[in-house]
Amino acid sequence: MVFQSLARPTDVKVPSDALMEVEHLTMRFGGLTAIDDLSFTARKKEITAIIGPNGAGKTTVFNCLTGFYKPTVGRLTLVHPQKGIHLLERMEGFRIAQQANVARTFQNIRLFPQMTVLENLIVAQHNALMKASAFSLAGLTFLPRYSSAEKEAVELAKYWLNKVGLYDRADWEAGNLPYGDQRRLEICRAMCIRPVLLCLDEPAAGLNPRESLQLNDLLLGIRESEGVGILLIEHDMSVVMEISDHIVVLDHGRKISDGTPEFVRNDPTVIKAYLGEEEDEELPTEVAQDLAGGAA
Amino acid sequence: MTVQVKDTSAATAPNVLFPALKEAFIASLLIVALGLPLLGLKADNQGPDLVLTKRWDLLGIAVAVMFVGRFVLAFLRGQKAARQGGLPQEKKKSGDNSIARLLNQNAKVLGLLGLLCAVLMPFVIPDANARYVIFISTTFMIYIMLGWGLNIVVGLAGLLDLGYVAFYAVGAYSYALIATHFGWSFWICLPLAGLFAAFFGVVLGFPVLRLRGDYLAIVTLGFGEIIRVILINWGPVTGGPNGIGGIPAISFFGIEFSRGEGGFASDFGLEYSSMHKIIFLYFVILGMAVLTNLFTQRMRKLPAGRAWEALREDEIACRSLGINPTNIKLSAFALGAMFGGFAGSFFSVRAGFISPESFTFIESAVILAIVVLGGMGSQMGVVMAAALIVLLPETFRQFAEYRMLAFGVAMVLIMVWRPRGLLAFREPTIRLHPKDHQASVKEAA
Repeated sequence: MVFQSLARPTDVKVPSDALMEVEHLTMRFGGLTAIDDLSFTARKKEITAIIGPNGAGKTTVFNCLTGFYKPTVGRLTLVHPQKGIHLLERMEGFRIAQQANVARTFQNIRLFPQMTVLENLIVAQHNALMKASAFSLAGLTFLPRYSSAEKEAVELAKYWLNKVGLYDRADWEAGNLPYGDQRRLEICRAMCIRPVLLCLDEPAAGLNPRESLQLNDLLLGIRESEGVGILLIEHDMSVVMEISDHIVVLDHGRKISDGTPEFVRNDPTVIKAYLGEEEDEELPTEVAQDLAGGAA
Repeated sequence: MTVQVKDTSAATAPNVLFPALKEAFIASLLIVALGLPLLGLKADNQGPDLVLTKRWDLLGIAVAVMFVGRFVLAFLRGQKAARQGGLPQEKKKSGDNSIARLLNQNAKVLGLLGLLCAVLMPFVIPDANARYVIFISTTFMIYIMLGWGLNIVVGLAGLLDLGYVAFYAVGAYSYALIATHFGWSFWICLPLAGLFAAFFGVVLGFPVLRLRGDYLAIVTLGFGEIIRVILINWGPVTGGPNGIGGIPAISFFGIEFSRGEGGFASDFGLEYSSMHKIIFLYFVILGMAVLTNLFTQRMRKLPAGRAWEALREDEIACRSLGINPTNIKLSAFALGAMFGGFAGSFFSVRAGFISPESFTFIESAVILAIVVLGGMGSQMGVVMAAALIVLLPETFRQFAEYRMLAFGVAMVLIMVWRPRGLLAFREPTIRLHPKDHQASVKEAA
């Protein structure tokens, strides 16, 4: 209980349009500093991308934000539009999703493979349903209160299944879906906890170009119609440059650039981090195109 | 064209012969190693002394049979594979069998039919066998109930529990102690025994919250032993190795099953028979088992039950969805233990005497075997596996000392035939479309 009040102070000051304020985040594993004094702001109704070479510490940032790691130093402030301020670094892992409504997906998909697609989405609404079933008592005694709550949960699941075109396969085992559908299902499942901030860890990994385009539409849709802020780790520049409002570039755990896609694309430090020291040399054409990505 | 065919057959012929010979040789070596102590040497009693008889002829025959049999088998298989172009055919994925699917999809009908048979059984059984058959059926029902209880922990929540017998023991001793000291009736003690067992489930649950898989299995194994050792050594309370005797027998909701006035028979105008109590006990455990089943079935459709299954599938994903893994694990442990406790208190009211002997590790192993053999999480599978494990040794009784051998062979064969359990098929807890819809979509895809 003490922790709960500590996690929700009233006197923390953050910029008015901030959704997630990361300040001086540092994560050390023994002698290794995975993230070094990282600060950035993810704003409301914006897609913020975190990019960087392999091993830059992107996933570690996510693990700190979603409670899988406790940061060594730093403050992670989430401004919930309804519930107010939450300090994520003081909250127990699962409470970040439960109370601060921060959802995430994983780099290597983590569905419940033997459960059906629909069940995956219903499990995501566990906390709401648990309350409605009075911790199973109302459910065990067949009170109508639970069955109506379950119907609502199914409706929400249907809404998302229709959005990604999985409605027909709702009764499939999730593990039997094609790879791209599994990625989309994981995003749906994260959306079913009704998040205010959605953290996506490489959602376009393994998708073909057509599927990447569909993913762009889905993410833009989530930002527009649901009003959910998105934090995105991605290597696919056609996704990042196309949909991001704001990009943070990491290298070796440090922030090396922060700004609009236009700014980041032309930032010499970013180019250096991606391509090495020889700045004078001309970029190989494919790489230049790749970085330019969606600008065309 | 013809030349080509000849070429391949000429090329493959030695390829088939040599590996087959090699395989047969290795198999014979194995038989020598295995058969030397089992067949080759035999210890006989001759008066006070043990005499070692050597039976090399028997061993020789076994090796020869193995060599020839293995060679023929490997050769034929190799030829078939060569004909089909190289690699031996991949085995069909087991556990996806249509029989299992059929059984599971009609589980409700089959379950009701089974229940009907179980209810009618005591009335139609011929009197000569009645006592024996009902006795065995009661034991069978206890194991079904234990299997269903453990299924919550192992099958649904995926927490490998090797110490389930501890909760069985807690339930049994709870009833025995309360009934002998306070004289409370079975029907009051039963829920209490369940509560105590659930409490112990939580006590075990707390230290193992962070453990999974092998480590969890070891700790639960230890817990089972701790309870047994406490029962043996806490003499003043548990009676130590002597156990507790004279446990009050079951009553028909307050009416004793006794001869003469005020007994069950005279109250209901029946002639006294010792069978009444046995049949009543059978119905009590049948009712308790059915209750366990209905409870589990309902729980699967509730958020808590779905969270158990989600936890089995991926704990990290559960955390990321805001599910509190602590509560989910503890509730699985507590509820699983509770049913173990119910079964335990039934065990003690039926036997009238309990001792730590009844709660050894082998009991846990048998219950776990029932769950695993049945197919993790499958309710119907538990019944079938319990039938095999409890009833099979009974049917093999005529083979006398080879009984356990035959039982072991049957188990091995089943696990070879169905490695994921007899009925490894999971019925979804909720559907959006009717069952046939799924098939049509799959065909279209």
